[in-house]
Amino acid sequence: MVSAMEIYQLTPKLNCKKCGLPTCMAFAVALLAREKQIEDCTPLLEPKYEAKLKKLREVMAPIAGATETGLIIHDERCYGCGNCVVACPVNVANDPKGSAIGLGPKSDRVILVVEDGVVKCLNPKECRRFGPNRILCNLCTATCPSKAIEFV
Amino acid sequence: MAVCTGCSLLCDDIEVSIDGRRITKTKNLCRKGFGRYRSLSSDRSVPKVDGKQVGIDAAISRAAEMLRDAKRPLLFGWSCSTLEAQRKGIELAKRTKAIIDDTSSICQGEIVEMVIRGEIPTCTLDDVRNYGDTLIFWGCDPSSSHPRHMSRFSYFPRGEKLQRGHEEDRTAFLIDIRASPTAKILSGNFVQIPPGGDADLIDAMLAVLDGKIPRVRDKKAMIAMMNTLKKADTGVIFPGLGLAYSLRGRMDRLKALVDRLNEYTKYNVIPMVGHYNMRGFNQLLFDETGFINRVSFADGIDHGPMYSVVEASKSCDLAMVVGSDPISSLPAGIAKALARVPMITLDPHRTLTTELSRVVIPTALSGIEAGGSALRMDGVRIGLDPIVKSEYPSDEEALSMILGAI
Ligand code: SF4
Ligand code: SF4
Ligand code: SF4
Ligand code: SF4
Repeated sequence: MVSAMEIYQLTPKLNCKKCGLPTCMAFAVALLAREKQIEDCTPLLEPKYEAKLKKLREVMAPIAGATETGLIIHDERCYGCGNCVVACPVNVANDPKGSAIGLGPKSDRVILVVEDGVVKCLNPKECRRFGPNRILCNLCTATCPSKAIEFV
Repeated sequence: MAVCTGCSLLCDDIEVSIDGRRITKTKNLCRKGFGRYRSLSSDRSVPKVDGKQVGIDAAISRAAEMLRDAKRPLLFGWSCSTLEAQRKGIELAKRTKAIIDDTSSICQGEIVEMVIRGEIPTCTLDDVRNYGDTLIFWGCDPSSSHPRHMSRFSYFPRGEKLQRGHEEDRTAFLIDIRASPTAKILSGNFVQIPPGGDADLIDAMLAVLDGKIPRVRDKKAMIAMMNTLKKADTGVIFPGLGLAYSLRGRMDRLKALVDRLNEYTKYNVIPMVGHYNMRGFNQLLFDETGFINRVSFADGIDHGPMYSVVEASKSCDLAMVVGSDPISSLPAGIAKALARVPMITLDPHRTLTTELSRVVIPTALSGIEAGGSALRMDGVRIGLDPIVKSEYPSDEEALSMILGAI
């Protein structure tokens, strides 16, 4: 996964504050956290930074699909095994008769489900990594045999 | 709810939306099972005789004729057919004095036989979910072969006595020759052995149980593992193909370990059967003949290695293949021997075997287009209900037609 340092290297490094942040490094961190968009750095859109902009869009592409909690699913790696579905503590709490006991989810308040052979994220706001009381839960990534789920 | 026949877990919590014959959405199918459902509309076989497309009746009557004339037919496959079709197959073998064998003959047969004969204790996967607190995956990679094994039954789900699932209540070990995808999940309890090292590992495990120093590199880890295994409440061993191949002909070693562990606490064995109803065929043939595979009905009931597909493919004068693709899946030598004899193949899909067959009889895809029942890897019977119609007969119907035409 791309780091804030790598992103920083691709900014104009002007520290001009046009993005609303004090430094380009702060912008890089905000970009990674998806609190800012690439376009918020207006100098970067100037022709002389064309190469940097192109590269930045490339490295940011995989993160673009992330949900609000930063969860990214790599469809092509997923076995659809459902380990993450059954291990997710929110799925377990909200769906005691389905995913908690290994079956397909029976509640619509679950976060992770498997459809057409691949995991999908519903209700990202229920994730324990979300909101003011968030905790660093990693059960869905730790139980995955193929690193199909990642957090950014 | 539909059932998946993608592997021997026969997952029965599948939701499928269909529009005519097109699958529009599925829930809970793993990627492998989704592939099986999607195969509904890809590479389907058509009735053929001598390479020419014919009507299904012509293919059936030609098959019956060939079976009637054969002196030493071999009927092979069976592990991807329903119990009802398998029963017809055994009847057909008796009627044509054929040799009958299934894929277990070249994979898990020895272990399945010990389980069916009651020589090693077994239990159901539901028991594993509810009580199995200590697990050994041995020579298998469930993440790839039976993707929902760990999430539906063995490791991750909450059970009656195991309310906290894998986090606190269950311990699972993986013994394998390579760091498979499953090893990524069980990295803390992964015991890597050299190819063929299973028997030596069993010796080391038995040595620890006898209070001796094991002859392995990491003695401490081995002793710790055996202490965990001894402390189990309900232990379960899942032997896979890796163990079956490595211990071929020496399966008494596995039995010795299971017996010894049972002196401390309860240990059961559930072989990781691959195809969805191999266990069913083995059980039916056993009930009928006392043997799970490799049977000849030429003169009463006879059993032996000469009736395995490996040997029989060399000596038969006709092969009927049902729901299997031996030409691409068996070692080259056997495939060559089979390709030498006239073949009749019943299969929903076009395969290398159908391509080389004298007669091809297309069949309905069981579990999706054809109903019936099957035995899950643990021997539990699961009913299958078709969800779409097929223009072709089920294996069971095709075999009945052949029986009627002989
Ligand atoms: S607008 Fe661009 S160049 Fe200016 S501080 Fe922000 S990131 Fe740096
Ligand atoms: S981080 Fe935790 S709560 Fe969020 S989806 Fe993954 S397992 Fe569930
Ligand atoms: S994301 Fe990983 S754990 Fe979840 S279903 Fe896919 S392969 Fe299994
Ligand atoms: S684990 Fe096996 S039976 Fe279950 S959905 Fe996957 S392929 Fe089908």
